[in-house]
Amino acid sequence: MDWTWFHRLASPPHIYRVAGTLTPWFAWPAGLLIVSALYAGLFLAPPDYQQGEGFRMIYVHAPSAWLSVMIYGVMATAAAVGLIWRMKVAHAAAASCAAIGASFTFVSLVTGMLWGKPMWGTYWVWDPRLTAQLVLLFLYLGYMALRSGIDDLGRADRASAVLAIIGVVNLPIIRYSVEWWNSIHQAPSVMKMERPSMPFDMLAPLLMMLLGFTLMFAAVMLVRVRAEVLRRERGASWVKEVVS
Amino acid sequence: MSAWAGVLWRDLRLAFRRPGQVVHPLAFFAVVALLFTLGYTPELGKLRQIAPGVLWVGALLASQLSLDGLFREDAEDGTLEQMVLSGQPVAALVLGKTAAHWVITGLPLTLMAPVVGFALGVPVAAMPGILCALALGTVSLSLIGAMGASLTLGVRRGGVLLSLLTLPLAVPVLIFGARATELAIAGEGLTGVLYLLGSLAVLALTLAPLAAAAAVRIGLE
Amino acid sequence: MVRFTYTNRYPRDANSTVRYKVLEVIDLTLCRGARPVLSGLHFAVAPGRCLQVLGANGSGKTTLLRALCGLLEIDGGAFRWKGGPVEPRSPEFQKELVYLGHDPPLKGDLSVAENLRFAAVMRGIPRLRRGEAVSAALREADASRFADRLARSLSAGQRRRVALALLCLAPAPIWLLDEPVTHLDTTGLALVTRLIEGHLQRSGLVIAATHQDLGLPSQARDELVLSRRAA
Repeated sequence: MDWTWFHRLASPPHIYRVAGTLTPWFAWPAGLLIVSALYAGLFLAPPDYQQGEGFRMIYVHAPSAWLSVMIYGVMATAAAVGLIWRMKVAHAAAASCAAIGASFTFVSLVTGMLWGKPMWGTYWVWDPRLTAQLVLLFLYLGYMALRSGIDDLGRADRASAVLAIIGVVNLPIIRYSVEWWNSIHQAPSVMKMERPSMPFDMLAPLLMMLLGFTLMFAAVMLVRVRAEVLRRERGASWVKEVVS
Repeated sequence: MSAWAGVLWRDLRLAFRRPGQVVHPLAFFAVVALLFTLGYTPELGKLRQIAPGVLWVGALLASQLSLDGLFREDAEDGTLEQMVLSGQPVAALVLGKTAAHWVITGLPLTLMAPVVGFALGVPVAAMPGILCALALGTVSLSLIGAMGASLTLGVRRGGVLLSLLTLPLAVPVLIFGARATELAIAGEGLTGVLYLLGSLAVLALTLAPLAAAAAVRIGLE
Repeated sequence: MVRFTYTNRYPRDANSTVRYKVLEVIDLTLCRGARPVLSGLHFAVAPGRCLQVLGANGSGKTTLLRALCGLLEIDGGAFRWKGGPVEPRSPEFQKELVYLGHDPPLKGDLSVAENLRFAAVMRGIPRLRRGEAVSAALREADASRFADRLARSLSAGQRRRVALALLCLAPAPIWLLDEPVTHLDTTGLALVTRLIEGHLQRSGLVIAATHQDLGLPSQARDELVLSRRAA
């Protein structure tokens, strides 16, 4: 099969242009969704009958936690594409994912701790989800450290791609084992973070927030990919035209 | 003799010329157990409670010690390049080297665990279970370590980075292994957990050599 | 003597004849990071000939050899061997070649004979023929007298001789030699010349990156001059 169209589509100048055009299409809806979801979540939604106002942390915590895992998947997919089809833009995309993913993981940890204070009476409890997030943070840090540890860009790209794929295979096993570990050592937890049913006026802002965060990730990602492509192609003539 | 067995024998021969490679991790393992005891309590009853954690964290860290040189030493003297160029499958070479790493560190650590465990107040009846768990767990640890060692091949002073890469991946092994040890100490059946450890080992055995082979090729460039 | 000069405009032989055991390099591009080291390189080596690769430091001699044996990924171009396209990383092609880098690939804690025996295992020489192959290779490289010494106790010149023994270990038609005569005295140099001549007579082919005179007759020798491209 002829893949030239595929590579032409993924050529750095083309990606740079397309990413630039697409960014506002993600950024504006993301901003609108997040602002309106914040208003709905913080003011319109009723307080939780058990947790009171504290539950509102979910509107930041849950989307960050969801994104932190999803971004790892996106990163590993981009890395695999780069490795298999030797596509440099895919490696650039994987490289720009890592820092965003690590940030969301960090945010989910911090908000989880802040939420834990009123719920458990202490900032840190070895809750399975928090523990798994902590391990995920280390996976991201390892990926970024490996990338920065190798001087040659091509080698850094491919070695970290292998690591991302190893990580994505391990992630479900780590999550499962941590939950298993927790279920053995603790009595069934009284406090479930999410209850099976949630009234609509609580749920709607959450869904809006999830969508908003995902769109925001896409926008940030596009901006970062553009920057990464520029950095990598800094010798090329098209970059000189763009910059001047 | 197939390629992987050839590599295994060569690495074992090298290890027996430098017995430090075998002895250092064992001494390290013993010192870790000693430090835990000194840092906690001399009471065997209390030590028994943390014995699973001490045994597994100690074995995990001790098996990391010799990882950094696993591929790096061969890459530096050029023999790794020659192995890769011999036309043998790289995954088989990686498997041979990993098997040697297990025989040099994993197996001695497993055999040493009852001694350390005894010092931590673990009853003798628990020893067979602990031996089985550690034997299975250290296989996974060697394979995970081989992936880390091959990935950091091109990194100068990659030792610390190597630990950062491999230790999070070793979380499931640690959890299942410590649980198996806990069950063994309590005198309960641990077959189920051993199956989990075994399946981790099988999964690592099938995937890790491939990943490490890809990383070795990248690291040699 | 054919003198290939790498100018980036070497005419491409559209219908290169299918010859037995010819190694052809077509339109090869190699990058280090984002910087192209070589691009549009064409040459061919026929059996019985030695291609000496010349060029200033950093002109890509080692890079070229490492790409030929599949250690480096190529960024463009193709290789042909025995008239057909070949992937340098394939085991079939790698069994056809021996590569020797700057430093002799020896394990310091193993004796010379043990090093060679391990190499013999890797090359797939059957167990029964292994001892014989090792001692023959040592004899050929004139290294038999230190066969039982640990590799790390050898001098640089002696290590070089053991590396030459590695070359003789298994008959592979393609020899890729990076600086094969450094650290060698005059008898060592003569030995390299003799080994290469013997290999060429058995219709093997050699690609050697060195500036030193290998003492080969000019009818068996071609040159490839790598020069950094003016921008």
